[in-house]
Amino acid sequence: MEQFEFTYPAKRRVNKRAHIGVVGSGDLEVLLEPVAGDLAHVVIRTSVNGFNDTWKAVLDRFFTKYDGVVRIQINDAGGTPGIVQLRLEQAVEASEQ
Amino acid sequence: MSEFTVVRGKVWFRALSDRSSSMPGDPKSVLTADAPLGQDQARFLCVVPDPHARFPCARHGEVGLEEGYGLASRVREVIELDKNKTKRPIVAIVDVKSQAYGRREETAAIFLAAAAAADAYGSARLAGHPVITLVVGQALSGAFLTHGYQANRILAFDDDGVMIHAMHKEAAARITLRSVAELEKLAKEIVPLSYDIRDFAKLGLLHKLLHVDNPENPSQEDIRNVKDELISAIEDARISPVDLSNRLESKGALETRKASLLVRSTLAAQWVERQAS
Amino acid sequence: MSDERYSPDFINRQSFIELDARERATALLDVGTARELVGPFDRVESPWLAIQGVTPQSDDGCVVMKGKIGGQAAVVVALEGAFQGGSMGEVSGEKMTAALDLACADNEKGVPTSAVILLETGGVRLQEANLGLAAIAELMASILTLRKHAPVICLTAGTVGCFGGMALAAGLASYVVMTREARLGMNGPEVIEQENGVEEFDSSDRALIWAIHGGEQRYATGLADALVEDDTQQVAEAIRRLTLQGVPPVHRSSQVELYRNRIEALDTSAQWDPKEFRSLWVKGDSKEKTQ
Repeated sequence: MEQFEFTYPAKRRVNKRAHIGVVGSGDLEVLLEPVAGDLAHVVIRTSVNGFNDTWKAVLDRFFTKYDGVVRIQINDAGGTPGIVQLRLEQAVEASEQ
Repeated sequence: MSEFTVVRGKVWFRALSDRSSSMPGDPKSVLTADAPLGQDQARFLCVVPDPHARFPCARHGEVGLEEGYGLASRVREVIELDKNKTKRPIVAIVDVKSQAYGRREETAAIFLAAAAAADAYGSARLAGHPVITLVVGQALSGAFLTHGYQANRILAFDDDGVMIHAMHKEAAARITLRSVAELEKLAKEIVPLSYDIRDFAKLGLLHKLLHVDNPENPSQEDIRNVKDELISAIEDARISPVDLSNRLESKGALETRKASLLVRSTLAAQWVERQAS
Repeated sequence: MSDERYSPDFINRQSFIELDARERATALLDVGTARELVGPFDRVESPWLAIQGVTPQSDDGCVVMKGKIGGQAAVVVALEGAFQGGSMGEVSGEKMTAALDLACADNEKGVPTSAVILLETGGVRLQEANLGLAAIAELMASILTLRKHAPVICLTAGTVGCFGGMALAAGLASYVVMTREARLGMNGPEVIEQENGVEEFDSSDRALIWAIHGGEQRYATGLADALVEDDTQQVAEAIRRLTLQGVPPVHRSSQVELYRNRIEALDTSAQWDPKEFRSLWVKGDSKEKTQ
């Protein structure tokens, strides 16, 4: 088990919290919650070790387009970067409905 | 291979009831007897091996189709007999390694036979019968859910020949891709995984761990002590609620089942929809 | 005949099996009445998984949804089959049991409240072993208490099915609803092959598996009360119908003499062909005493 935390600058207020996904094999769940302040904070727990750099790369890319002031929690059981990206986008979409 | 001998059930059934056979019409694997226990006539039940059982996969002490319905039948009989009388205690003597694993069993719905036995024991408890389980050997998995786990009070011997668990070691090791040694090591660190009955006792599900000098060949003193403990458990059950709430109110539960308690309190708090004030 | 394939019904059909636990639970409740309790954001997780290198899920793979079915108060508790095979851990087990207990308390206060449990599960979560087994025993006790007041309906739709100790919970239910894809049994084919050999049960024989454990066989042998298409509307309708039917006069698991006689009448000298079993099964019924 590994746990990572990442922080990004953010400015947009988000209305709704959102929850997406299931911690199935090769998948992940995302909990997205609006918070106060001007940062986006991401906490990841994953059962697949050794991919710190990959997580950073995926999140760096995600936050070039996303500026919500949120706390994102990811519980991961081996999702590929593609699946991670998908779930993040689904969470964002759900939070903006 | 195993230190578990599957004879303890029969030994203790005879020790506590002075009988050693099934009732007429019942499968030979289900021992039932009515015998005195303190001021009561108690019904004792036990599942034992029957090498000539009709079902080939149930010949070594497994709890199968006939055993499930046999137990259910004899427990329901007591509920009916005591409908308007004092509810006699029901004592499940448990030394069962597994449910029966067979194609016939699955086809003929062993899950329902098991449920029927559990239904009978649970219904007896709800009707006011003190249902006491005495684990003298193994109490594993589906077999224990069927025969013993619906009791008001569970007692077990404090002995290496006693094991309560969801799956026997070899199968659990195989499924979790570990060696038995690795499994045992992990089990020592994580209480609900342990195969040691003393660790099981920490979960707060047992009423008492009993010390017995010779579980395989009990002395008169052993038998007397166990009877006294059963009587004490019966008295305790009689003045307590008929549900299983005691399992979450025990000292062990307060220490090892904090998450269960958190679930209960959070769910209760959220159950009632709060109106906007 | 070929027009059927393109009928609006077929096109509009929504697969129930493709829904996750949360979506399934919501779909069974009257529109607009569903409210999740102890949901993901409450973060009541398993305390036992992370230490064993397994990522916990925020709801521990169990969704509790309160609402109404057919206008009557109900609670739906759905196990998420995709998380640890829907297995019963300390938290997921307690969510189900506590929900049933709260429903029972409401009944006792004069508010009829039924329960639907969605079982996609292999039984005990091995990483929680004894707490998983204890949870099943406690759930069974709570089913027994609640079902006196209001129906406890078990729904198994697939793809995981309902196995292990949780099959006993299904056995205690007031009603069992299955799809054809679903399977219900105490021991799965792999376990049987492992314990008693491939002659006893060839776990690679898919046709055999469904012929024994599948929804169609269980329904044909009177062990399931409804066989539904994999269609969300039809599933919800079956649940509604059974809920409004109320508590059955006698529960299946209490009909001991009936089933005992059926077992006694069976010839155990050889395996039975599953189709043939459907008639063998009821051969002993003539000996049944009046209930």
